[in-house]
Amino acid sequence: MSAMKPIRRMTLRAMAALAAGLVLPLRALAAWNKEAFQAKTAADALKGLGIAASAESKDVVIEAPQIAENGAVVPVEITSNVPNTRSIAVVIEKNPFPLAAKFDFAGGAAPFVKVNVKLGESSIVRVLAEAGGKFYSASKEIKVTIGGCGG
Amino acid sequence: MAEPMKIRTTLKGDNCEVRVLMVHPMETGQRKDAGGNLVPAHFIQEVTVRVNGKVAIEGQISQAVSRNPVFSFRLLGVKAGDKLDIAWLDSRGERSQSETAIA
Repeated sequence: MSAMKPIRRMTLRAMAALAAGLVLPLRALAAWNKEAFQAKTAADALKGLGIAASAESKDVVIEAPQIAENGAVVPVEITSNVPNTRSIAVVIEKNPFPLAAKFDFAGGAAPFVKVNVKLGESSIVRVLAEAGGKFYSASKEIKVTIGGCGG
Repeated sequence: MAEPMKIRTTLKGDNCEVRVLMVHPMETGQRKDAGGNLVPAHFIQEVTVRVNGKVAIEGQISQAVSRNPVFSFRLLGVKAGDKLDIAWLDSRGERSQSETAIA
């Protein structure tokens, strides 16, 4: 039996190497920011994103309904007119996990996104755009008549 | 195997509006089924948009994105026939990828 072991070990090692080889290239891009996404407060989510301070800016534009009948599907459209915007983060302050999304834009894309999100209850939605290492923010309150998380 | 995405592109000059629909339950982990049991969280976490193989947009999203997510993006400096490739990866490691030509 002992003669079998090195072979099995080698096989396991080979399989592990193969699995790592398969997984690594896919993980090479920015991986899901667990710390920020699992944060339970907006402040902790911002900390997880490495955002210490931000300046209110009219160049960050949020288009969303003031009142959403159904919190499960709230369309939010975000545009950053701040030159050289590299990323946009969406924080729904009252949600159980406030960070809803973060998008990184390369040169070939405009800093714009439209997405449907869930609001557990009425909340301020805060958007932070990053440009030149600085953060610019805008916020908008959305009132919800039926929450979107319990369902 | 995940259902294919529906991708629509609208080219205006050399800019392109992309609308993509992904079929996914986007379970928050807080919803209860008919029997009163919590449905485990299961949601898309990463979305990648590539043009001709080059990353244009990388998104990280949470369970706060609605079921069957729909995104709109704007691509710059593209032309008809450019290859658009959109991929997602969810919290269970399932992934999906769809390709189309910009038109």
